[in-house]
Amino acid sequence: MKKQLQITVNGELRQALVEPYYSLLDTLRDEMQLTGTKKGCDEGDCGACTVLLNGKPVCSCLVLAHAAHDAEVITIEGVANGQELHPVQKAFVEHGGLQCGYCTPGIILSTVGFLESGEEPSEENIKHALGGNLCRCTGYTKVIESVLVAVKATNQESEE
Amino acid sequence: MKRFEYLEARTVRQAISMLQRHGENACIVAGSTDFLVRWRAGVWNPDHVINIQRVAGLSRITYSGRNGLRIGALATIRAIEQHAAVRRYYPALAVAAASFAGVQVRNLATVGGNICNASPSGDMIPALLVFGSECKIVGADGERAVALDKFFTGPGQTVLQHGELLTEVRVPVPARNTGSHYIKHSPRGAMDIATVGVASLVSLDGRNGPCAEACIALGAVAPTPIRAYSAEDSLRGQALTQDLLIAAANLARDGVRPIDDIRGSAEHRKEIVGVLTRRTLEQAFNAATSGPLTFNEQRRLTVQAAF
Repeated sequence: MKKQLQITVNGELRQALVEPYYSLLDTLRDEMQLTGTKKGCDEGDCGACTVLLNGKPVCSCLVLAHAAHDAEVITIEGVANGQELHPVQKAFVEHGGLQCGYCTPGIILSTVGFLESGEEPSEENIKHALGGNLCRCTGYTKVIESVLVAVKATNQESEE
Repeated sequence: MKRFEYLEARTVRQAISMLQRHGENACIVAGSTDFLVRWRAGVWNPDHVINIQRVAGLSRITYSGRNGLRIGALATIRAIEQHAAVRRYYPALAVAAASFAGVQVRNLATVGGNICNASPSGDMIPALLVFGSECKIVGADGERAVALDKFFTGPGQTVLQHGELLTEVRVPVPARNTGSHYIKHSPRGAMDIATVGVASLVSLDGRNGPCAEACIALGAVAPTPIRAYSAEDSLRGQALTQDLLIAAANLARDGVRPIDDIRGSAEHRKEIVGVLTRRTLEQAFNAATSGPLTFNEQRRLTVQAAF
């Protein structure tokens, strides 16, 4: 039986009436029309569906929608500040961190979650943070370069 | 895929009474990372899903020099990976957590789920086994404690009775001059299941003394995670040498009867058991004599992806 739930998505309180077996991913895409979050494997292998759940990157395909009741979720639609891209998005655009773009929302959210976690943003830690995101186009070199650029940009911003 | 009813428990007592009310075809979930995959595949078909994620107080991780480590069943794998006392006193456990799936899964998956799903390849289990962990189980009639090496009865099978809940894992304080390590061999470095996982612990009687304790636990080579008892016995009481570690690794290799599956043939798995047992013993022995590595250093030695 469908039940009502509420989730704060990108700062906005949203409600939906969903089946008990619905995933957070399907709720975002099908009930809230937030299709920026992608469905790749639907079994926690590819990371395309990564969103921030209460500030932490998770595979939204593995979260029961009702388990996210009352939670805060950030999707790719909520990363930019209005028309201004997030430093991570900017770095990916300017440094070729994406090609077809399907995996990109998930990689951006993993990166944003990593940069906000306070972990030392070394290349090694970045690779561990992004290990759960598959990209079949770039070969990852440009992805890692873009993240390193974003790290620099974020550091400069915080120094200013 | 069969439809199910969704319930949430807020207390352990409530979860137990929900289990009793809804009978054998009710299923406990927490992070739901295993559950949703198996439900979609049609492998698990419960009528009722009881989510215990919001049960208060079960995600705590505490450490004291007297009681050791206490990990609430709902502690996430990520929280274990990042916990300062786990990194300091239980390095094999910290790096096993770091080798588990990816960050996006570690933020959801719980130690209780990894144990109760009882996969032969569960990454947390070998590391918890070598530290002599114990499970706290709560049922309608009270609680009981079961040693982790008595907890598993088969693939996906445990000693948990219907209506019982695993609530905490207790890990004793390691002896002085102890080192430990876990290595996972898998095709992919992240989001993959171990082809073989090996944890080893070595305690010395004094920094350069003989081996006081050796524990070796193997994942993905038997119906349940297992200890390599004869290899352990060959080390206890001995002044450890490279030759002895190699001989112990060979005993571990020769003692397993793994199966062929998509991740590797039985023959391949046997060889990997030998290699990983030797490498984890070497690292554990080095740490016991010269002190532990940093988390990052040890993490570099943990995931050995085939590609």
